[in-house]
Amino acid sequence: MTRWGARAGPPLLLMLGALPFAFPSGFVLTTATLLLLTAILGQSWNILGGYGGQSSFGHALFYGTGAFTTALLQVRFGWNAWVAAAAAIGAGTLVGAAAGALVFRQGLRGSYFALVTLAFAEIARVLVASFDITGGGFGLLVPLHRGAASFQFSDPRLPYWIAWTVVLAGVLLTIGIERSRFGARLAAVRENEDAARALGIAPVQVKTVCTAISAGLAATAGVLYLQIFLFIDAANGFGVGVSVQALLAPILGGLATPWGALLGALALRLMAEMVHAVAGGLAGIDLALFGVILILILRFAPGGIAGIRLRRDA
Amino acid sequence: MLDVVDLHRRFGGVTALSGVSIAVRQGSITALIGPNGAGKTTAFATIAGFHRPDRGQMRFLGRDITGWRPERIARLGLVRTFQIVQPFGRLSVRDNIAVGAHLHLARRASALTEAEAVARRLGLAADLDKPADTLPIAGRKRLELARALATRPRMLLLDEVMAGLNPAEVAALMPVIREIRDGGVTLLMIEHVMQAVAELAERCIVLAEGRVIATGTVAEVARDPVVVDAYLGEGAAARLADHHAA
Repeated sequence: MTRWGARAGPPLLLMLGALPFAFPSGFVLTTATLLLLTAILGQSWNILGGYGGQSSFGHALFYGTGAFTTALLQVRFGWNAWVAAAAAIGAGTLVGAAAGALVFRQGLRGSYFALVTLAFAEIARVLVASFDITGGGFGLLVPLHRGAASFQFSDPRLPYWIAWTVVLAGVLLTIGIERSRFGARLAAVRENEDAARALGIAPVQVKTVCTAISAGLAATAGVLYLQIFLFIDAANGFGVGVSVQALLAPILGGLATPWGALLGALALRLMAEMVHAVAGGLAGIDLALFGVILILILRFAPGGIAGIRLRRDA
Repeated sequence: MLDVVDLHRRFGGVTALSGVSIAVRQGSITALIGPNGAGKTTAFATIAGFHRPDRGQMRFLGRDITGWRPERIARLGLVRTFQIVQPFGRLSVRDNIAVGAHLHLARRASALTEAEAVARRLGLAADLDKPADTLPIAGRKRLELARALATRPRMLLLDEVMAGLNPAEVAALMPVIREIRDGGVTLLMIEHVMQAVAELAERCIVLAEGRVIATGTVAEVARDPVVVDAYLGEGAAARLADHHAA
């Protein structure tokens, strides 16, 4: 098993953990923070898409639910940021469970599942942009109120380390699923639903639970995004770009591997920044880049970065 | 143990089962035989909950399982195998069998240990770490059986586990099946390999065109002119009798 991912993952995570000592603030730290958020989003997608075999094209639905719920509760209802964050993660998990139950009960799979999830996210995006309470076309701005009690830190390293801890938790969660009965059932349903049912497994239930877990993690990424940037609008929360990042990170890094999403997020961020440096602020250039990347992976490295072998072994 | 009464199932205009009744006694090996297209696999799929019967009733261990979902029936201890093997292709043989073992074992380590034990019983010990896809057909048939067995079923529906095996492999699998029965698992098996039917089954149920046309010991049904006609065409039994008389 000379797989890249298992070897490169832990040192990369350690290096990322130490990064704020070298770059206590500024561009590098902000980019690294975004990398961590993409990694969490990618881990979330990997649980459903990689381990569960259900390719969602609308993970923005869960991410946006996290970001908007916590923003709304704070801005419109004056909730404490930490309580709002917990509620938002809960809301994301519930939305995941509801979406999963709805879609899987109808027996939707494959590209139909991808299309329906995309539609859900788009509906949410349009709705959020249409109502004043959710900020309409402007978005929601959380008032600046520095202090640990309001989940806002004057030192940008603290939210970075919180995000880093969530990434670590995401890796451990993934490994935990891999080594559990639930993970075995998930793999069975992914590989062959009829055979799984014949062995006493209820596929709808397994996939719905999986979607809920995945959605909870995506909502966590959304919550962190909001607390770090204190702003969210429809496109940033529910836009297609979010869903594409979510799926591209693990596909690029290595599907159904615990470290794939982190590796993919790193590669994705580096490429996005390079393109940004060359093409400047050309609108939509990163989505175009993501499209090209996806085609290249599917053609040349379907196992992603983690699937690249160091040596040729049987 | 299993009581199926008056099972009906149509697919569009095609009647697959019209009034099939099957009773299986606890601890027995019963064979379900019949020409191709008789409805044997449909009967299995319906009993296991994969098709809803249009009419009829199914009881297992004293409970009415008519209309139950397949996973619920499996949890009650009635587990089918598939004629066209359905391995979890990219998972190892060990992981495949462990999925079955997880039905009653929550801990991963226990399920993996149980998987190894079942694999050893079925002669799959050497293949434990291979992806299921890479096994030859005989291996995949055994895997299908191993996975079902790992659920610790009360009764197994075996759909042509012997098909596609060479005579040596058939001979090797027969004692395994007898052992499963001796371990307390009741067996109902669809089988075309008559050598296996003759040596294993105490009772035979013959299905043709969606109906049960004969039941009895293997020797009895083999002599039954209705059965001979079903296999060889109408009037075949009479012609054979004439031929022997001449």
